[in-house]
Order: sequence, then C-alpha cells, then structure tokens
Amino acid sequence: MAIISVQQLSKQYGSFTAVNQLSFTVEKGDVYGFLGQNGAGKSTTIRMLMTLIEPTAGEIRIFDLPLSNHRKEILRQTGAVIEKPEVYPYLSAYDNLRLFARLSGVKLSRSQYMQQLEQVGLANRAHDKVTTFSQGMKQRLGIGIALVHNPQLIVLDEPTNGLDPQGIADIRNLLLWLSREQKKTILISSHLLSEIEQVATRLLIIDKGKKMVEGSAQQLFDPSKTLVELQTTHVAAARTKLQASSWGSHLRASGHDNIRLQMDKNDIPRLNRDLVQLEIDVLSLQQQHSLEDYFLQVTAGKNYVDTFSN
Amino acid sequence: MWTLFQIELFKIFRRPRTYIAFAAITALIGMVQLGLKVDGKEYASFVMADFNSSFALEGNLLNGYFVCFIVLQLLLIHVPLLIALIAADMISGEANTGTLLLLMTKPISRIEFILAKYLASMVYTILLLVWVALQALFLSMLIFGTDDMFIMKSSYAVLIRSDDVFWRYAGAFCFAALAMTTVAALGFLLSLFAENSIGPIVATMSVIIVSTLLSTMNIPLFNLVKPYLFTTHMITWKEFFDLQVNELNEAIPGTLAYPEKIKNSSIILLTHIFVFVGAAAIIFKRKDVLS
Repeated sequence: MAIISVQQLSKQYGSFTAVNQLSFTVEKGDVYGFLGQNGAGKSTTIRMLMTLIEPTAGEIRIFDLPLSNHRKEILRQTGAVIEKPEVYPYLSAYDNLRLFARLSGVKLSRSQYMQQLEQVGLANRAHDKVTTFSQGMKQRLGIGIALVHNPQLIVLDEPTNGLDPQGIADIRNLLLWLSREQKKTILISSHLLSEIEQVATRLLIIDKGKKMVEGSAQQLFDPSKTLVELQTTHVAAARTKLQASSWGSHLRASGHDNIRLQMDKNDIPRLNRDLVQLEIDVLSLQQQHSLEDYFLQVTAGKNYVDTFSN
Repeated sequence: MWTLFQIELFKIFRRPRTYIAFAAITALIGMVQLGLKVDGKEYASFVMADFNSSFALEGNLLNGYFVCFIVLQLLLIHVPLLIALIAADMISGEANTGTLLLLMTKPISRIEFILAKYLASMVYTILLLVWVALQALFLSMLIFGTDDMFIMKSSYAVLIRSDDVFWRYAGAFCFAALAMTTVAALGFLLSLFAENSIGPIVATMSVIIVSTLLSTMNIPLFNLVKPYLFTTHMITWKEFFDLQVNELNEAIPGTLAYPEKIKNSSIILLTHIFVFVGAAAIIFKRKDVLS
C-alpha cells in the first residue's frame, strides 16, 4: 500500500523551478531516503508534503487521500521535523511536548510525556527551559514532538542537524526501532549520506527539482554491480590495455586520473591478478559501494544512473 | 478552536515580554499619582485658574475620578504601543523563532489558528485595560478619595455627580477596549508580512501616528478621510463624560450628550476589526510558510 504518492509535483517561484514534475511513491513500512545536493528541491518537496507551501502543479496523496482536501486527517497521522525544529524557548521541554501533543489532538498522562522525553534522552531535563538547551537537545525535542501522537508516517528533514556523533547514532537507532519494531513509515532527507545508507530501505535522488534515480537500497548495493575505481600512473595506456582485454565491457566513464569498472564483487581478485599480467602499475584499487559515491556520481557527473536504476 | 485559544493564552502569559506592558503601566500611573499627590493642589488651581474668578468650587476637586480621567487622557495615547508589542508579534514572532513551521505541520486549520491568535491578543488587550482600570480608577479612589467630577471641555465645563460617575467609567473602559482591540487587529494583520517582530511593531505605530495626525489636522483634503480613520474614533471614550442639558442648561444625570457619536464610532471600529482580521485570515490561508 502506498503511504505517499506524489504525481507530477511542481513548484515554481517566478521563473525559478524549485521542483519539476516530481513523481515518487513511499510504500508502507519504507524508510525512504530522500537525497539531493543543497538547493535540489528536497526541502521544498517536504514542505509541500506537510502543506507548508502550496504546489504550483501536481497531486499529493497520503494514506490514499488527496492532501489538498484532507489536510487535517492526514496531519493527524503524520509527525514531522522540518530542518532545525524550533520550539518555545521560554517553556520547558515538558510544556513544549504537552503543547504540541494537544495541537496534534492527543492528551497524555504525565508519565507518558516523561516516557516520550526518555525516548529522546531528555527526561532529566524535562522541566528546564528550552532556552538553556543546545541545538542537539532541541533537535531531540523536535523529534520527540514529531512522535508524541504516535503517527503512522514520520517525515524528517535533516533530522541529525546539529547533533554530536552520539546523538546521530541515537537518532539512527531510534529510526531503526521505529521502522522495525513500530512498523512506521519514514521519509527522511539528510545531507549525511552515510546516515541514510544505514537506515533507508528505498531511495530517491533528486537534482534541480527533478528525479534522477529511485530504487531500493538492495538495488543500490547489489554486489553484482559493484563499482571499482582504479588509480594508476598512466591512465590512458591502462585504459587502452583494459579495453582490449576481457574487461573492456566492464569499463565505465572515468575521471582524468582514474578508471572505473563495474563488476561482480567476487571478480575483484581476478581483476587484481589481470592488472599485474597486463603490466598496469596500480596505485590503488577501491570498491565504490557507498551511497555517497552513487550520490556524487548521479548528481554531479550524471554518470552511472543506469547502474542504480537497472 | 478552544484548544488553540487556550494554548495561545498559555503562550502569551508564559512570555516575559507580556509583563513589560503591565510593568510600564504600573510605573506610568504610579508616577502620575505620585505627582498629583505631592503637587496636586497646585495643578488643580492652575487648571481652574479661569474658573475661580466666576465660580466658587467646594469639595475635593482632586478626587480619584478626576485623577483617573487625567491618567486616561495621558495613557490612552501610549497603550497602543504596548498592545502592538504583543499583537504585532503574534505571527511574525512565530516566524522569527521558527515555531510557525512546526505549528503548521500540526492538524490545525489555518483560519482557526488566526482566529485563536487574535482572540488571545484581544484577551491580553482587555486584561491590560482591566489593569489600567484597577490602577487608574480604583487605586486613585483609594488614594485621593471620591467626590463629584469636574472636567474641562474646550468651551465649557462639566460637573458630574459622584453617584453618576462609575457607570461612565465602565462605559469608557469598554469603549477603550474596543479601540485597543482595533489597534491589536492592525498589529496582527501587519505581523503577517514580516519575519521579525520589530518591523510590524514599528509599522503599527507608524500607521497610528500618521492616522492620528490626519485625524487631528483640520485640512479640507484630510477632512474627507477623517470620518473613516479608526484613530478619529479612538478618543470617543471621552463622550461618556458629557451630559445632556435641559432648557435651563442644567445637566441631566444619567444621560450622555452624544450617544449616537459613541454608536457610530463603535460601528466604525468594529468594521476595522472585521476588515483587519478577515484580511489576515485570507492572506494567511494562502501564505507559504518558509521560515
């Protein structure tokens, strides 16, 4: 079942197109990673999903309901953290949580509120004013507020902003727990690609408001489509030798100081042996399997899109 | 809607800024009361200089009712600034701190949100005036005692019996509440157009200053717009302290000299409130929340 269905979504600011006919689907139980460089249109898309801004064109359906007509029903089942979640600095964490819970339509007991604060590691600061909190603590409180009404869909825009490594790890564990134990559907955008890599089950990469790639993490990390980067002293000569060998069909677009090949992960030792036989001086031979590599390739070089989408 | 309204009130009264206005009013009224207590007799004889040659006035001229009137004349020019501090910050303050972004991701109607916020700023305005009444009227009654109230108008003087004063103050404060909630509505509307509080506060005060100038200057061109400016009608509270006279030119207790003036001003102020708040609701419903 599709929890979010976006069709031909566009947002225009004068002559600038922030989001350009974007379509994607988030299925129930997905941890959907939403990736793109700064200004790619991620935040604009998320703001349209949260009804903060009006789309210029296109349709958004959430829980199979059109967002334009069922805003309240949809938001009642949705929790969101948009960028740096700001709360009322003159109120305590407890009061902020209680206030936003009431706005979300729920009224919990004191112990339930404390439990929520415990979940985001703020129980011991529950009654301190937020003005004394660090950005990381505010971020945790924002996540607590997003979860306080037990939503089915959680939308997180850069949720680890301002967090220290321990905080990032805590949020990652929380997301995994929400996804695996609580069966929540999560849409998450982040510039920390390594974070997305560890939690996302499906991914969307956008650039200049347009969809570049959408697919499952399994596809992305398919070992039969591993990218390998070879650094050598004489790139042109090495490329010619490889082209003439059995590795010719594995060559992919390369940089000026490296050569890239796509192959099954198990074939890397054989490539290593062949490079020696072909008398190619190897400076380094590295697997490129991380999301960051794909992300940069797709959004910067616009290469290897086929690798992922295939 | 009720929950939203409760939450808005909770937020207003948990903010330290809210109490600046209450503290400022306490200080201002306290200063006037202190001054009149110390040098009040001199002030009263200065005010009555023109009358002393024609009339013999007995009793406590500088009583609580008279002091309250002086305080209101001085204060109701400044109270709009204190109201603008809160009203003009209602939306822009949320945008500035970033809380508007989080609020708008909650299942609340934008129209209800605007109405709840305006109602909360109305409550704040009314409580501020209640505070003014407690200080200016009741405290002055305690400090200066009560007696008949003597007021000077531009071309005549009005003497109101002490048993005929209190309801006039009740009416005057109710009217002042209407005038001040109009100011709150203006500040509220302007708060939609900025992402910091200073801009709308300054803009609200600027509109009030310019409108007041237009209302007071007797130039034919301005006279055309004067009847429609809310600032022209904000001072109508003074009409509660004028009495009808009979054919012998004797004041009739319990009457108002120009009740239709109060009615017309109330209608114009109410119209302003509806226009300002209505425009705020329509604009906010379509507004992109970016910060």
